[in-house]
Amino acid sequence: MSILANEDTRILVQGITGREAATFVSESIQYGAQIMAGVTPGKGGLTVNGVPVFDTVAQALKAAPCNATIISVPASVVRDAAWEAFENGLPLVLIVTENIPKQDVAAILERASVVGARVVGPNSLGIISPGLTRIGMCGGKAADVRRAYKPGPVGVISRSGGMMTEIANLLTMNGIGQSTCVSIGGDPLIGSTFLDLLPLYEADPQTRALALFCEPGGTMEERLAEHLKNHPCQLPILAFVAGRFADRMQGQRFGHAGAIVEGSKGSPNGKMEVLREAGVHVVDKLSQIPGILRELLGKDL
Amino acid sequence: MRVLEFEAKQLLREQGLPVPQSKLVNSSKEAAEAAQFLGEAVVIKAQLPIGGRMKAGGIRFAASQAGAESEAGALFGQKIRGFLVERILVETQIDIDRELYLGILYEASTRSPVLIASASGGIDVEVTGTVIRRPFSCVIPPGDYIGRQVAADLGFSGKNLLRLGSLVTQLMHCFLRWDATLLEINPLVVDKVGHWWIADVHLELDDDAAFRQKDLLEKLSTSSSLAASISDFELRARQINQKDHRGVAGRLVPFDGNLGLLIGGGGASLTSFDAVLDAGLKPANYCEIGGNPSVWKIQELTKLILSQPQVDRLAVIMNVVSNTRVDLVARGVIKGILQMGKEPSKVIVGFRVPGSWEDEGKAILDYYGVPNFGRETSIDQVVEAIKCQF
Repeated sequence: MSILANEDTRILVQGITGREAATFVSESIQYGAQIMAGVTPGKGGLTVNGVPVFDTVAQALKAAPCNATIISVPASVVRDAAWEAFENGLPLVLIVTENIPKQDVAAILERASVVGARVVGPNSLGIISPGLTRIGMCGGKAADVRRAYKPGPVGVISRSGGMMTEIANLLTMNGIGQSTCVSIGGDPLIGSTFLDLLPLYEADPQTRALALFCEPGGTMEERLAEHLKNHPCQLPILAFVAGRFADRMQGQRFGHAGAIVEGSKGSPNGKMEVLREAGVHVVDKLSQIPGILRELLGKDL
Repeated sequence: MRVLEFEAKQLLREQGLPVPQSKLVNSSKEAAEAAQFLGEAVVIKAQLPIGGRMKAGGIRFAASQAGAESEAGALFGQKIRGFLVERILVETQIDIDRELYLGILYEASTRSPVLIASASGGIDVEVTGTVIRRPFSCVIPPGDYIGRQVAADLGFSGKNLLRLGSLVTQLMHCFLRWDATLLEINPLVVDKVGHWWIADVHLELDDDAAFRQKDLLEKLSTSSSLAASISDFELRARQINQKDHRGVAGRLVPFDGNLGLLIGGGGASLTSFDAVLDAGLKPANYCEIGGNPSVWKIQELTKLILSQPQVDRLAVIMNVVSNTRVDLVARGVIKGILQMGKEPSKVIVGFRVPGSWEDEGKAILDYYGVPNFGRETSIDQVVEAIKCQF
């Protein structure tokens, strides 16, 4: 088992003719992902690494049914691409693009909740269920992905795409495999937070523990901690919080409105404290991760 | 981008919102003239891209023309929290009856814009008073009724409910139309004769939406040029980044330590920088490199970092990378050091970039006697090993 991505995931790529998309499509196919079709308006009829390109999502889905889409289009047109995906009933929308206007992100997430679609990202490097499939580009080339990621019992959720591969590699080097790793994007406004993904991992029989990579800003760590206090989780959770130096050096000032909305939230040390209080195993060093997970997993490893 | 008060108020005035009469001045003599034009009592407000100006002494009151001249004279040329006072807004003083607070921004928990209102405004609003929060849609334009609801919830009725209601709705429209990330009115003031005034405003615009806000940004020339001003060091880093489209390497922030850092990308930079400080080492800079930078780009960045007089060592640390070519990074760093007439083995205290072409990279580093680490050594362990060399 796994969450979100498995051997039945059939992937559409919106913006498939872009340079970055063409690269990750070819690498993903080599890894075994089922990339069924692509969309670039005006370029219907072409193929990219053998994948047929269509002008609209509707045309693509008619020719090749899909249950997930990757949006890799310029920031100015991401909202339009996402709405096209929603209107055509795609249940899983992964947004790779970064630097999207906040208003567009909020609009996308609002529509997603109305139509019941799940959004991962923006600024996500992807989702990978090692050995089954990959949606996106995390880990790079197929050979590199196979080296860093191995199947196993640990779910990884990371606000940094690069550090997701770093942590998976650290686990793999120590003989600990992963169930599904999700790069959720580092921005405060994102479609899938730690808390949103938690129930999926709890329901997944393969996942026996979770490892989280946290960053400064936003409130998703605090909201997870709040939830865990009232709803104890059966899975042991480990977290690493990066960017503690932001507390020591002059950090970003949020002003009155930020102080009202976020309270004292957002600071890395504050996040570590509330996560610890909620029973999460917070580590100070990356190198501590495998040892602690090994203890937490016990006979599940 | 933070918009200076006088430019933000100009925008609000154009929308027909109630902003007190004011004049922007560049000298104390002009301040005196402005005070004469505006009438007796005025507020002297330093135009700076910071909050908390009142507490920092950047806002003063004058009851006469001579008072305006001397208060402005005392402010001009002063540095407030690192910013030089070059412009002052002289504004009609309002006879305050009551103060309110309004703020609009994005909230992570609701994933939407949210309006915050408080019946008691002022400088410590975040710790006082009851606060009303009203998330609103980015898809359906905000209706007039939302403003009326907020006004009613704050306890207003009759004419004041209608006045405040329409003001609130107009601000919500402005927030969306301008792609703002923060629009804060603090205080919103009712004067002794019952008029409403926007006494101060804090406006932040979304840099990621700049591509569709060209007309707006053109009107905000002072704020734009202030936001674009960066140190010479940062400017040179940006120029190196722009000369070659391959890889990202533009963000370089200087510190005063002796250990130069080439680290990346986002999360890995945070992790590496934490580890460096935890180990008690003194970083010379923060940076974020990513993508697949060319040899030239890495070489120039290396030279820039080492050009700071106090820097004598360099550490190169990245996460297990997916599309960066390790050998190109290694060649760039070594070329940069050699071009400065230094010895790579003496300058580089540690090189850890695992990924594509890592064997080729290792061969180059070994040839020059540079201590290097592979994917089996985690980031904090690399920094611990580096520490032993100091």
